[in-house]
Amino acid sequence: MTIAVDENGYYGEFGGAFIPEMLYPNVEELRKNYLKITQEPEFQQQFQHLLKDYVGRPTPLFLAERLSEQYGAQIYLKREDLCHTGAHKINNTIGQILLARRLGKTRIIAETGAGQHGVATATVCALMGMQCIVYMGSVDIERQAPNVARMRMLGAEVRPATSGSQTLKDATNEAIRDWINNPVDTHYIIGSVVGPHPYPDMVARFQSVISQEMKAQLLEKTGKENPHAVIACVGGGSNAAGAFYHYLNAPEVRLIAVEAAGEGVDTGRSAATSVLGTRGIIHGSRTLLMQTPDGQIVEPHSISAGLDYPGIGPLHAHLIQTGRAEAVAVTDEEALASAFHVARKEGIIPALETAHAFSALDKIRFERDEVLVICLSGRGDKDLAAYIRHLEAH
Amino acid sequence: MQQPTNRIQDLFQRKSGGILNIYFTAGHPDPKDFPATLSALEAAGVDFIEIGMPYSDPLADGPTIQESGAVALRKGTTLPWLFDQIKAIRAQIHTPLILMGYFNQVMQYGEARFFEKCQEAGVDGLILPDLPLLEYEKHYKDLVEHAGLAISFLITPQTPEERIRKIDELTRGFIYMVSDSSITGAKAGISDKQIAYFERINGMGLRNPRLIGFGISTREGYDTACRYAQGAIIGSAFIKALEQGGEVKQATSEFIGQIRP
Repeated sequence: MTIAVDENGYYGEFGGAFIPEMLYPNVEELRKNYLKITQEPEFQQQFQHLLKDYVGRPTPLFLAERLSEQYGAQIYLKREDLCHTGAHKINNTIGQILLARRLGKTRIIAETGAGQHGVATATVCALMGMQCIVYMGSVDIERQAPNVARMRMLGAEVRPATSGSQTLKDATNEAIRDWINNPVDTHYIIGSVVGPHPYPDMVARFQSVISQEMKAQLLEKTGKENPHAVIACVGGGSNAAGAFYHYLNAPEVRLIAVEAAGEGVDTGRSAATSVLGTRGIIHGSRTLLMQTPDGQIVEPHSISAGLDYPGIGPLHAHLIQTGRAEAVAVTDEEALASAFHVARKEGIIPALETAHAFSALDKIRFERDEVLVICLSGRGDKDLAAYIRHLEAH
Repeated sequence: MQQPTNRIQDLFQRKSGGILNIYFTAGHPDPKDFPATLSALEAAGVDFIEIGMPYSDPLADGPTIQESGAVALRKGTTLPWLFDQIKAIRAQIHTPLILMGYFNQVMQYGEARFFEKCQEAGVDGLILPDLPLLEYEKHYKDLVEHAGLAISFLITPQTPEERIRKIDELTRGFIYMVSDSSITGAKAGISDKQIAYFERINGMGLRNPRLIGFGISTREGYDTACRYAQGAIIGSAFIKALEQGGEVKQATSEFIGQIRP
């Protein structure tokens, strides 16, 4: 069975576009145009040029020898942390801003949790000379001050989302409301493989450069395009979608989706959506999400602001439900321990989100000398405050 | 097939203009006010009562309705409670009742069960702004019509003509005309651009009546809506009036008295 989105935006039973009529013209304009425009030679030429000379692609695929020796496997790291702005997020914002410009939009809005997507959006807006407004939960503005400063320095306006729990979910609600109020001149750059169709497919395609490069790099280094497994953390799931993309229809490659268990899956303070979630609608997409039996969306918890999301992209809901991907849950404490472990074993300080993916090495079974690729989605500079607290406590 | 009779459709048979639809959020300002609010709205002579099912993430709503929903949820409002309340008071209330809410709640309740329960409790109409037309037509139209419910779909200034025709075909009861490109409660006053939109829709010869909502808060807005459509929908302004405190019956009759003296 081929895994791909259908014409109505569904992966199996997940996806679609559950949006109020006020959003229909915008989303429909994107749906009609995103494939056509992104396949035009001029678009591709600009996109590839910026990925290469501005983002710094291709990112290296690094054989982590000390970790490999410890785990008895060949562990490769896909170094998305070396992208301009420090994470994979910019692959998508470059693609979307070129698309927005092609559609004649002059104003860009975005949501952000930890601030990585907000910084990546503010960056491309500065590059293109476009107005940029980033919605961010008031709580996140407090706890991610350096990224707020970066966005402002780049010329973006950071607007606090004061509704609900004042985190990523509410920032997304506010961005959607802004788009309803500004239907003509504005493009909404969603930062993950979430939202109404065509966003999950569009963002996955922009991020698919990750696995495209991995294939060529693995062929060169191991003689084979396919690894035994690809491991990536999943909040909404954009780096995982990119790292899985070109292996979706290669069933011999295991896809490991690592979720944030927070304080533990059963503690009531968790973000392990594939375990705790049920079918429902969030931000215009039918997927798995954390909600009450009454259908009220509940607040997740993770130490990592980027994984602190009550839903999961519809592609991942489909992959997990059909068994194509394996879900692994990693707690806050385990992720913190992994961040320090990787820093001291390989000299790389990963983002807290990415640290979850490393913890999966302790949780999955693999054969000796198998080739495992971990998507090292972002660097840990933004998480230093949390790391310092951990150092002081231990 | 003969449609079962429905209070909304019946009213449009008798009354072709000047319709006033008032929205409030169930459980706000307090769940115990629910029956009194319905009675007060009926006593004040409103034509339709639209009851909001409070939701954690109301994407199309502005701050006033968001906050009213958050209050109602904090005070324990649930869908089963709401159905019980409506069922208990339905015999005393003759005004058509419309439930408005986001589709996730309907999904969790179970779609078929939800529509049956609406019928059983005495609900006449539905507004589910994030239920896509295509999904409705494919999966739910027969269930909704079988339950005798009148469903309203929304149109906006940006909705293309062909799509308005499709919405007109699927709507039973009235088309919800969003006055402007906005979330609820957003703006004051009606611009020339909006008038041009109202006139354009008027000229389309649609089979369903239209009510204009979003940003209508005053007698002037109501009068304008009645000039270009069959009536108006008012929500946020009424919720603010209820939040002033005081007795529900009096606050309601004063508010409606200002809109329709």
